[in-house]
Amino acid sequence: MGLEAKLTGDGYLTTTLDAIIAWARRSSVWPMPMGISCCAIEMMSAVDPKYDMSRFGSEVMRFTPRQCDLMIVAGTVTYKMAHVVRRIYDQMPDPKWVIAMGACTSSGGMYRSYNVVQGIDQFLPVDVYTAGCPPRPENLINAVMQIQKKIDQSKARDWQDKKALDLELK
Amino acid sequence: MNLKESIVNKINSIGFAVVKEVTEFRDDFCVKVDSTKIIEIANLLKYDEELKFELCEDVTAIDWATRKNRFTVVYHVLSLKNNFRLRIKADLEGTSNEIESVVSVWGSANWYERETWDMYGIKFINHPDLRRMYMPEEFEYHPLRKEFPVMGIPGSVPLPKQID
Repeated sequence: MGLEAKLTGDGYLTTTLDAIIAWARRSSVWPMPMGISCCAIEMMSAVDPKYDMSRFGSEVMRFTPRQCDLMIVAGTVTYKMAHVVRRIYDQMPDPKWVIAMGACTSSGGMYRSYNVVQGIDQFLPVDVYTAGCPPRPENLINAVMQIQKKIDQSKARDWQDKKALDLELK
Repeated sequence: MNLKESIVNKINSIGFAVVKEVTEFRDDFCVKVDSTKIIEIANLLKYDEELKFELCEDVTAIDWATRKNRFTVVYHVLSLKNNFRLRIKADLEGTSNEIESVVSVWGSANWYERETWDMYGIKFINHPDLRRMYMPEEFEYHPLRKEFPVMGIPGSVPLPKQID
């Protein structure tokens, strides 16, 4: 991480709390693999040894939303599925980020049809859109790096006074 | 007597002019029948010792939009005994959208008929559980009908609320 290079003889360094917290957050972005269709295959190859997303601290795919920071929505979201995606997103603890992976999630893609949501930004706050059908693993890794840049710019207190979500309980 | 003639004769034995049309296109044998007699026809095709059409592979429908008889219900059945596939078409009279369900004969028709109800709005009378297959239960339209726009009707399927 280059941190040890900053250590001088006495073995301590000075920084701001914001910087160190942002550094910790960006270095362990745990993704929630919301793999709904073919993009999920590319998402799998992004974490395999060839592309190796663990170089960026994001290899720990958690299959429970309660342990995740980043939701990778990989695949076509239909109107029926939208409620499920949103419900899983709601269960993730703050702070959290969303990647819209591929054409379908970003804009409906080739499914210009009554049953597919024309872009998940209609019901989720998307941070990074990824182009491609499906995007190559490098592209997804790039999206994760963009998320890291975004986290770098955040302050530790940004989520402190966030109000609880208005849940739509059925 | 070959199998095709036998099928037509046996269906016709149910009543006067039950078979309305017989066509064959690229080895697909198809009979058009009277839609009010569909249960009798199904029973005959399945249980007749010679025919034994035991497997119902598909039930679907056609929306002809402006034609006099708007809907046609289509059944695909397979006889394992004869290794023969038969297509049965039944025109619904006028703008009617009702036909007797064949679930009592072929159990596999259950979900096919639900799908056809969902997509075309064909009511299958005496169906044990005629719910929608794909669209949400509160949806009011039938997407594969000709008057339904490709992009759907705005607001007809609810989305979760946007997060501020």
